[in-house]
Amino acid sequence: MLTLENIRWTTPDGSEILKSIDLNIESGKLVVITGPNGGGKTTLARIIAGIEMPSEGKITLNGEDITDLDVTERARKGISFAFQQPVRFKGITVKKLLEIASNEQLGHDKLCKILSSVGLCAQDYLHREIDATLSGGEIKRIEIASVLARDSEISVFDEPEAGIDLWSFKNLIEVFQNIHKEHKGTLIIISHQERILRIADEIVLVSDGQVKDHGDAETMLQKLLRGHEVVPACHRQEELLNG
Amino acid sequence: MADNINSITKQLLELVAPFKENFKGAYSVRQDGACAQLKSTEHVQLIPKKDKPGLDIHILPNTLNETVYIPACVTKGDIDDLVYNDFYIGENAFVTIVAGCGVHTDDGHDVRHNGIHFFHLAKGAHVVYEENHVGTGEGSGDRSIDPVTEVEMEENAYLEMNTYQIGGVDKADRKTKIKAGKGARLVINERILTNNEQEAKSVIYVELNGEGSKADIVSHSIAKDKSFQLYDSTIVGNAPCKGHTECDSIIDGDAVIDAIPRLYAKHRDAELIHEAAIGKIAGEQLLKLRTLGLTEEEAEAQIIEGFLA
Repeated sequence: MLTLENIRWTTPDGSEILKSIDLNIESGKLVVITGPNGGGKTTLARIIAGIEMPSEGKITLNGEDITDLDVTERARKGISFAFQQPVRFKGITVKKLLEIASNEQLGHDKLCKILSSVGLCAQDYLHREIDATLSGGEIKRIEIASVLARDSEISVFDEPEAGIDLWSFKNLIEVFQNIHKEHKGTLIIISHQERILRIADEIVLVSDGQVKDHGDAETMLQKLLRGHEVVPACHRQEELLNG
Repeated sequence: MADNINSITKQLLELVAPFKENFKGAYSVRQDGACAQLKSTEHVQLIPKKDKPGLDIHILPNTLNETVYIPACVTKGDIDDLVYNDFYIGENAFVTIVAGCGVHTDDGHDVRHNGIHFFHLAKGAHVVYEENHVGTGEGSGDRSIDPVTEVEMEENAYLEMNTYQIGGVDKADRKTKIKAGKGARLVINERILTNNEQEAKSVIYVELNGEGSKADIVSHSIAKDKSFQLYDSTIVGNAPCKGHTECDSIIDGDAVIDAIPRLYAKHRDAELIHEAAIGKIAGEQLLKLRTLGLTEEEAEAQIIEGFLA
């Protein structure tokens, strides 16, 4: 169980981005945090991973206070984070990154399994550098694979659909469905795409730095679609995907 | 073989060459300005020069998959070693040449190795040249390595030069000059790490003289503390040819890097490209590796290891 109590985050210039967030996320759930751009979703995700430290509030993981733990310590406690815009490394291969992530030497079968789960063939990618020769879709999958390689208790994905083409996006949905089926940990996905919302167990609506609503996916989707103003882009994406 | 070489040479050899008690194939081990070990094979003849220090190395045509080791070690201060090695690689020979150099001083005296190498690659010769440089020892004297390499490549010859300066060298002044004939292909991979107040200069001058000749020069370097690096690379296109020179550097502390990738086209069908980038380790890279459980120091070490691989 991940618990956030009264989480606030203020920028150095005094802008209040998160205003008293209270949130409980049960273990093993696929939770999508959604809401309008600029509402605080990514900041919330970064605070969960320890990339940003809250100005106020308390974060506990299975009852242990992890508020003051930095990003390395959070990772070692079992919280992983997939960046919206994955970083590229000259000289570090896909195999090396996955071994850093898993903190062990990985055999071919294990590497193949991890890459297959994000739709990549190990033979084609293991020895490639994570540099500019990889497409946006490829590097996004490798970013997700690096999180899967950790087999974390909590995996946070920040807008995984950002910057990838429609066909890669369709596959991405299947990737998350498979991860949720096979992976015992908690998945937290930051997204405003309806197709991702539809695979959630729970949906959290964050807007204006606050949790506006939180509930099971079916109930929340009905509310969101009635409200319509929250997720307008997803309808256009749906139309395109469905021809 | 190990009898004639001292314990410091053994340690240096393990750093600069794949040395485990002995070398297989043809080899020459130079120690403190003199030849300590020498062995030729049926296809690779190592002949000491009569007029100056060094070797004439003849690799017979059609020699296949042999490795020639010519490491040089200087194991104490106050030695300024100068050696001339000339390589003649026969037609269609496929060989690897390992030419590491280690300099060591435990006292206040400077130590220096200056290797002047000339290569002639006959038609279709294929050479992979590996050169690791390292400095060791607790002495306050400067450890210097100043290699000079000149290469002539005949038609369809191939040369891959992989040079690594892997630490401890206070001053390095590398000069490389290569002439490529018709269809010849040149690949240079240079990796340099400097720290403290070390200086590393690399001046590369390549003439693409033959139709269809190609050069791909890539330098990755890391300059830390108050160190200084100069990368000065020129590709001259004298014929229909393709050339690429790239310098990618990570800078840290108060280091200074001067990168000059220069192109000089003297033929309308010369296609030449240059790239140069200097910057610190990206914060996003450190952050990504920290989300995978590494500390900042561990993350930096991984990034440097990968960059210099």
